[in-house]
Amino acid sequence: MSQLWIFRDFDKCSGCRLCEITCSLKHEGVVWPEASRITVLEFAPGVAIPHTCVQCYDYPCVKVCPTNALYVDSRTGAVLVDTGKCTLCGVCVKVCPARVPKVVKGKNYVLICDLCGGEPECVKACKGVGFNALEVVPKPEKAYVDPYITLPEVIASKLSSKVYKEFGKEVLGL
Amino acid sequence: MNGFWGRLLEVDLTSSSYKEVKIPSTVFRKFLGGRGLATWLLWSELGSKWESVDPLGPENILLILTGPLTGYYPGIKLIVSGKSPQTNGVVGSAISSEVAVEVKTAGYDGVVIKGSSKDPVYLYIHDDRVEVRDASKLWGKTGIELLRMLREEVRVNYDLEGVKSLPPALYIGPAGENLVRTAPVNAKWTHGAGYGGYGAVMGSKKLKAVVVRGSGPLPKVANFEEFVKLWNELIKLIPTKNYWFKFWGTPSEYYFAGNRKSSEPIRNWQEEWHDVIEYSHHDLETKVWVRRYWSDWGCPLSCMKVSIVSIDGKYYLTDGPDYEMGAYLGSNLGIFDVKEFTALSALADNLGLCGIQTGNVMGFAFELYEKGVLTKEDVGYELRWGDFKVASKLIEDITYRRGIGKVLAEGTYRAALKIAEMKGLKPEEVLKYAIQAKGIGIGAHGIRSKADFPQPIAYVCSVHGGDHTSVAGLPINTIESESWKAFFDSAVVCWFNLFNIPEDTVIKFLNVVTGWGMSKDELYKELGPRILTLQRVLLLLGGPDVYWDPRVHDDNPPRFYEPLPSGPYRGKTGDREEVRKLKIQYFSELGWDELGIPTKDTLIKLGLTELETAVERVKKRLGI
Repeated sequence: MSQLWIFRDFDKCSGCRLCEITCSLKHEGVVWPEASRITVLEFAPGVAIPHTCVQCYDYPCVKVCPTNALYVDSRTGAVLVDTGKCTLCGVCVKVCPARVPKVVKGKNYVLICDLCGGEPECVKACKGVGFNALEVVPKPEKAYVDPYITLPEVIASKLSSKVYKEFGKEVLGL
Repeated sequence: MNGFWGRLLEVDLTSSSYKEVKIPSTVFRKFLGGRGLATWLLWSELGSKWESVDPLGPENILLILTGPLTGYYPGIKLIVSGKSPQTNGVVGSAISSEVAVEVKTAGYDGVVIKGSSKDPVYLYIHDDRVEVRDASKLWGKTGIELLRMLREEVRVNYDLEGVKSLPPALYIGPAGENLVRTAPVNAKWTHGAGYGGYGAVMGSKKLKAVVVRGSGPLPKVANFEEFVKLWNELIKLIPTKNYWFKFWGTPSEYYFAGNRKSSEPIRNWQEEWHDVIEYSHHDLETKVWVRRYWSDWGCPLSCMKVSIVSIDGKYYLTDGPDYEMGAYLGSNLGIFDVKEFTALSALADNLGLCGIQTGNVMGFAFELYEKGVLTKEDVGYELRWGDFKVASKLIEDITYRRGIGKVLAEGTYRAALKIAEMKGLKPEEVLKYAIQAKGIGIGAHGIRSKADFPQPIAYVCSVHGGDHTSVAGLPINTIESESWKAFFDSAVVCWFNLFNIPEDTVIKFLNVVTGWGMSKDELYKELGPRILTLQRVLLLLGGPDVYWDPRVHDDNPPRFYEPLPSGPYRGKTGDREEVRKLKIQYFSELGWDELGIPTKDTLIKLGLTELETAVERVKKRLGI
C-alpha cells in the first residue's frame, strides 16, 4: 500500500465545516471545532479553504522537534504525535510553512492530522454529503505536493480572483 | 447538563461590566433555549412594566441565544431577541451564523446585553475574556467595510496569528445605527436576523458589533454513540430529501411561487402571478452565481449561493439572493431583471436593511404614489414601478432617513399611520395598502391562491405577525401549527434542515443530545403552547407607541380579501368568514378564548399562573 494524501478541490469547498465536526468527534469524542485537525478558513463569501497537513516530503516539523515527539507513520505518511513527549514548545508551528500544527487550549500536545490511520473521517463526511471537496488519493510525487505547502490566505487570494474575476482583490480586501 | 451549559454571559453597556448568570436546568426543560428562553427572560425581567418599556430605549434587553440543538443538529441558527420595535412583543429572530457555535464553545448558552453605551462600542468575547471596545472608527460603516476593518482589529487575537479570515461577528449597518425600525442584525456579509427589528435595538444601544471566539468543546451529549450514528445519517438524508434546495436554494421560488403557486408579491401584492420565465433560478445560476454551494456552519444542505453583479463599474455582492429578499426587491417593485434585483439585495445587505421589510414598505410607497396619495412633492422624485435607479435611491433614503425615507424607516404599519396623519386621511384609507400583520411586513408567501404553505390564518394568528417562518395553522398537533416553529426556534435549529425529516427523528435527536424524555405530545400540548402563550400575552401587552386589539388586528391585510386579478387562480381571494372560524378554532385549541386571550385554566395547565395579572392588564386595556 502506498502512502496516502488528502486531495483538496478548493473550487468545491462550500465552507460547511462538516469535516471539522467529524474530525473532532473521531479524535476528541465531542464536537470541538478548535481541536479539529482540519480547519476551514473563510476569507470571502464562497472563498473557504480547508486547511490541513499535506505531509511535506522533508517533514520540517518532525526534523525540528526538540523532544522527538513527532514522527512519521511509514504506512500512511502522516505525522504522528507522541503525546507523552510533546511539551507544546511550539517550534513545529513556527517551522511549518503552512502553519498547520495547532496548539489548543485544553490539549497538552500539538494537534496534527493523522489521516485517521488511513481512512480520514473528514473525507467520508465531505463525500457523503456530495460536496466532494476532499478525496483520498495515493500520495503524489513531491513536485505535485510542493505547491500546496503554503498559507491558506495565499490560496484564498488566488481563488478569490478566479471566483470574482476583476473584483477578486477588492472582495477579498487583502 | 447535556447539550447546554446552564449559563449566560450578561453584559451591561451602561456600566461597561459583565457577569455570568446561571440558568437552572428546569428552565431549559420548560423553554428549551432560543426563542422560548428569550421570552421567559424578557418576561422575568421586564414583564411587570412591559407596556412602558421603549424597545429603542436603554431598558430593553438584547438577547443572543443558542439552544440545546445548536451545533449538534446539522446546520446552524442563532436567535436574536428582545422587545421588538416592530411588534412591541417578542420575536425570536433566527440567523445563520457561526457566532452560535462560537458562543457555545466560549462556554455560554447565550449573551444578554443590557443598558446602552454613550459612545459607539463593539463587544469582543474570547472564551472568558470579555471586552467592551471603542467602535468610533467603525460607526457609519457599511457591512463589507466593517468586516474588513474588524478583521484587521481582531486578527491579532487569533491562535493562527496573521491569518486574516472572517471574524465571527454579528453587526449592524448604517440602517441600524439610524434606528430604522426594521433593521436586521447582520452576519457574514449577507445574512440577517430580519424579523423583529433588532438591528435598531443594537443601534439604540450604540453597539456596532458582537465578535465572539470560542476555543473549547461543545457541552457533552447524553448518548454519544447514538448521537454520532444519527448525525451521520442526517447529514446524508437532509440533502438527499431536499435536493432542489441544495441545487437552487430558495431562488427556486422566484418562478415557482409566482407561476405555479400564485403567491408571490408583485407590485405591492396587486398581483401574485407572473409568467416571466427569465425571473427564475435558472437565470440566476447562469447570470449571477459564482458559487453554487455556500454553506453555513455544519450544514450539508447549502441552500445559500454566492452572487456578484456589476452595474456601472460598481460590484454588488450577495447570496442567492434568497427568494424573500429578491422577490420583495424584485417583483414587488415591478423589477424582473435578475441582475437588478440581485444588486438591490446586495445594497440592502450592505446598508444593513431587511430586504423583506424594505421591499414591503417600498412597494407600499410605490402604490401610494400610483394612487396619488403620495406625490412628487412628498418624495422629491417619481416612484415608478420597475425602475432600478429609483429603487436604489429610495433604499438609501430609508437607510439615512432622508425625506420620505424618514417616514418609511418606521416600517409599513407606522409609516401608514404617519402618512394618513400627514395627508389628513383616516388611517384605514392608507392602511388598506399596507401588507403587514402587527407591525411586520408579510413574508413573500401569499394566502389567496391556497396553493402555497401559509394557511388563511397563517399571519392572522402568528405571535410573530407577518413572519413567514413562524406561521400559524391547523391541525394544532402537527408541523402546521406555530408550536412546531416555536420548537425549532427554541431548540435553535434551521427550519430548512427539518424539511422532510420526520418529527420523531428530530425529537429523538433532542433526547439523544439532552438525555430528556421529550415526547411529541409534550412538544405540541405543553412546550409549544407554553412559549406561544407567553409570547401572545407580551404581544397583547404591547406599547408604548402602538398597541394591538384582537378585534381589529387579528386579521389579514385588506388586500388579501381582494380577488387575484390574474393567473390560474384568478378570482380567488381570502374569505373573512372562513378566517373568523379558523381563528376561533385555532385559539380554542391552544386554550385561548375567542379573542386569543389565554384562559386561566390554560395558564394553570402550562405552569404560567404568574401571567394572571398580565392577562388582567390586557383585558383592562381592551375594556373587556
